[in-house]
Amino acid sequence: MKKELTVLAVVVFFSLLTYWLVEPFAHGQMHKHVESEHFAYADLPALTKTGDAAKGAETFMAGGCIGCHSVKALGMETGMDPVSAAASFGVNPPDLSMAGALYDEKFLAALIKNPAHALMVEHKFDPANGKMHPMTQFYGAGGDIDQEVADIVAYLKSIATEEVTPKAAFENACGRCHAMRYAKWTQIGERPKFKYKKDELRFDATVLDYQDYLTKYMGKLPPDLSMYIRSRSFHFLETFIENPQSHLAGTAMPRTGVSAESAEKVLEYLDHVGDPSRAERTSVGIKVMIYLLIFAVFAYLWKKQVWKELH
Amino acid sequence: MAHFEKATSVHDWLNQRLAIEKFEKVMMSEYWIPKNINFLWAMGMVLAMTFAILLVSGIFLLMYYQPNVDLAFDSVNYTIMQEVGFGWLWRHVHAVAASVVFLIIYIHMFTGIYYGSYKKGREMIWISGMLLFVAFSAEAFSGYMLPWGQMSYWAGMVITNLFSLGSLELNGIVEWIRGDYVPAQAFLTRFFMLHVLLIPVAILALIAVHFYALRFPHVNNLDGEFFDYEEQAELYKSGNTRASKVIRFANDFLSKDMFVMSIFLIFFFYLVFWQYAFAMDPVNFDPADGLKTPAHIYPEWYFLWSYEILRPFSKDIGLMAFGFAQVIFFLLPFLDRSDNVAPASRRGIFKIWFWVMLVDMIVLTAMGKLPPEGMFSTIGLVAALVFIGLWVILPFITKIEKKL
Repeated sequence: MKKELTVLAVVVFFSLLTYWLVEPFAHGQMHKHVESEHFAYADLPALTKTGDAAKGAETFMAGGCIGCHSVKALGMETGMDPVSAAASFGVNPPDLSMAGALYDEKFLAALIKNPAHALMVEHKFDPANGKMHPMTQFYGAGGDIDQEVADIVAYLKSIATEEVTPKAAFENACGRCHAMRYAKWTQIGERPKFKYKKDELRFDATVLDYQDYLTKYMGKLPPDLSMYIRSRSFHFLETFIENPQSHLAGTAMPRTGVSAESAEKVLEYLDHVGDPSRAERTSVGIKVMIYLLIFAVFAYLWKKQVWKELH
Repeated sequence: MAHFEKATSVHDWLNQRLAIEKFEKVMMSEYWIPKNINFLWAMGMVLAMTFAILLVSGIFLLMYYQPNVDLAFDSVNYTIMQEVGFGWLWRHVHAVAASVVFLIIYIHMFTGIYYGSYKKGREMIWISGMLLFVAFSAEAFSGYMLPWGQMSYWAGMVITNLFSLGSLELNGIVEWIRGDYVPAQAFLTRFFMLHVLLIPVAILALIAVHFYALRFPHVNNLDGEFFDYEEQAELYKSGNTRASKVIRFANDFLSKDMFVMSIFLIFFFYLVFWQYAFAMDPVNFDPADGLKTPAHIYPEWYFLWSYEILRPFSKDIGLMAFGFAQVIFFLLPFLDRSDNVAPASRRGIFKIWFWVMLVDMIVLTAMGKLPPEGMFSTIGLVAALVFIGLWVILPFITKIEKKL
């Protein structure tokens, strides 16, 4: 018996050693480790002024934001469908109804003042080379620009009253570039159920039109995210959303600027879509384990009984 | 024609036609197994059961899998994993079993090497076992193509490329194997056929041969002791079960097997529910894309040691070394020149040979996964040379081994 346990220990030792070498150790060597900044956006300046939402509303309207951005929660539309918006800007500009809740305030302020800088795509959009970011920066309304920006941010926060669901967080922050076919999500919205084949084909053709503009804008079509929760580690996704350049220097993907809370929601949604059986796995797993433990006890007793006559 | 009488029972009716009593004796109650064995001797039955798990889970997956380059990925990751009730369970069971079966195969192989279970009449057990290893390898590789993820595609590309045999540039063979210039629909369909029909049938046949090969030389024991099985069996049947050196396959040996299997199943299902990632590479959850090579291409862990024998050398020498690694284990019974059938611990230099070989293969496995850069490349090269060297010296060190 003691001898047998020694043999077992040797087998277990070499198996675990091999496992450790090919899994944790090898993967640690293969992938660059990026430390999470916990969505602090430390490179961006903090807001120095206290914003006034009422004034912000005026500046927001006067600044012409609604020329490109809709605010559907307040009934403001741009009059542009996603495809024609993408034809003009490369990507459909986001609706700002929940922007105040979704994005970090430092990021929003920096974005309004200098989009390419806040989005970390200055390698792509350099005014010196005549390459302007499609979002026009806010040059100020004549007063203290920091105060005006703080007002706009306060305004955006004040209108974002609806609770942001994980699904909404994904659709707003990621869904204009990334499809997610396992959630029936396309870059122009959810793919409806169709009664007629030609409606379906028409919809798909519209998506393809949008994707063509997007591909031209981004250099390649951003990937479908259905399986990203399994193809990338949680830590990778978290740090990538926070700062895409940290993993993929030179990537066309902009920094999303989501707050820590919104990032958590996005990841929760990716998990929900890509790996919906997580909870069931644990509950079934525990039952199987209980069954097997009982089975092992009986197997042991049977062995004892049979071998009583043999030893 | 045999003489048939009116049957007195269903048992008797069957016995007259199928000789089930005789069959039961041959297969179970009078199939004699040595008593002096440990739990490592249960690995054969553990393997048989794992194969059964693979077969059953595979049948369930087959009901929904679509061998089509446009549908395969989603049929696995969406239809099976999300839409089919418990589809995720069958898929995880199948993937984990495919990986764990190799862990048990390696334990089974090294047990055979350690106790000298390939010698003096047991050569065919070893050779049929090695054929099973090759068949399982082919089965694992063809199965890995089916989800049609990035690793499926690129592993398929790399491995089929080997058949151009380096500088011979036999690209026609590669195209013939793929049915196309690159892995595409023809490739997927034929690997699907291999995975669900031809190779499983070959494995079933080889399992039968492997079991049959055990019949005449009998199962080895912890001390490599030879004794008269007839005599020991008579001793057992006369009631002196304690003194006899043999036990019945059923229920004596089977009861111990069942206990080992129950422990194995706890380990296996723990992996299935909580630690499956090692068997399901994250890279393969990206759909196949012929225009985007993954940053690191590596095979599943059980192929890493032979991959690392290929990798550190120049193209042609690497291929030769790889070919050497694939066939050399078959020759073990003939390269070991010693007559001793005993555990390696009693065999002098062979003991060192055994442990160096084991550690070297683990080092090769680790280096096969790591990127071939700097120190890892050097360690990989040394380990590959040690592997080849060990086989070269084996006949000499076993020739001078003292007779026990």
